[in-house]
Amino acid sequence: MPQESAITPELRALVGKEFPPTTWEVNKGDIIRFAQAIEDPNPLWNDEKQARRSRYGGLIAPPTFPASLLNEGMMNLLFDTPTPLKRLLNGGNELEWYQPIRPGDRITVTGKLANLREGEGALGRTLFLIFEITYTNQSGEAVARGRNTLVRY
Amino acid sequence: MAEQIFYEDMEAGQELPPLVKHPTTRQLVKWAGASGDFFEIHYDKDFAQAQGLKGVIVHGWLTFSFLGQLLSDWMGEGGWIKKFRVSYPGMNYPGEDTVLKGKITRKYVQEGEHLVDLEIWAENPRGERTTPGKAVVALPHRKETVG
Repeated sequence: MPQESAITPELRALVGKEFPPTTWEVNKGDIIRFAQAIEDPNPLWNDEKQARRSRYGGLIAPPTFPASLLNEGMMNLLFDTPTPLKRLLNGGNELEWYQPIRPGDRITVTGKLANLREGEGALGRTLFLIFEITYTNQSGEAVARGRNTLVRY
Repeated sequence: MAEQIFYEDMEAGQELPPLVKHPTTRQLVKWAGASGDFFEIHYDKDFAQAQGLKGVIVHGWLTFSFLGQLLSDWMGEGGWIKKFRVSYPGMNYPGEDTVLKGKITRKYVQEGEHLVDLEIWAENPRGERTTPGKAVVALPHRKETVG
């Protein structure tokens, strides 16, 4: 039976287009609260006194901290995708780190919908949306890059 | 902080000390607040079931974060995660243990860095790998510390 593609022309047109940047001011409290949510007691992201004696000389963000540095345009597209497939799951996450994020950093989050893929899987008809994200600090240096796969089914 | 490990002592096939986490619905709410992910499948059972799920599920990013804890506990302050990734072919449910595991697959020096490749994954209590992934970690080596 012929089926309408889950990749609508409207969605197709968004591939490769950069979302407007979102900038986050990272506070000490954001890092500690994030570590507390993981229930990860590592002093590097919980205890400033101990972290000061480490090679980093102070608190740094835990490895998955970019999860909290959302880009608004990306989030809007995620929850309001122009596709007939309405259910949503996280398919995968990838992070590449170049330098730590520290309290006081201003991180600008840029990115795009890099790719779309349609398939049939355990969930039935499935659409994969692949997003590429760059996290840049106040000095204009990339601190991390991410690649997230979202699943519509 | 745990004792520092060194590149010289690593070997392909070595396993990381497993980490057991016990995510609860309370933790999922904490995670939602800290990460800004307020998708209802993580705290609204009716919503989750209407989406065809068994019940609320653990955020993939939270399980990924548990794997971040596994790696940073193991590698110590001197280690650095260069890259890591996971996919989510299975679900983790609050109220169930999530066991985080890892294994070294390769060690090598590249552009002056001492690196190990790892296979990492999360298991549910039925032993299913719900969250398989890979990581590349840079480790200190003894010469650099002594010198």
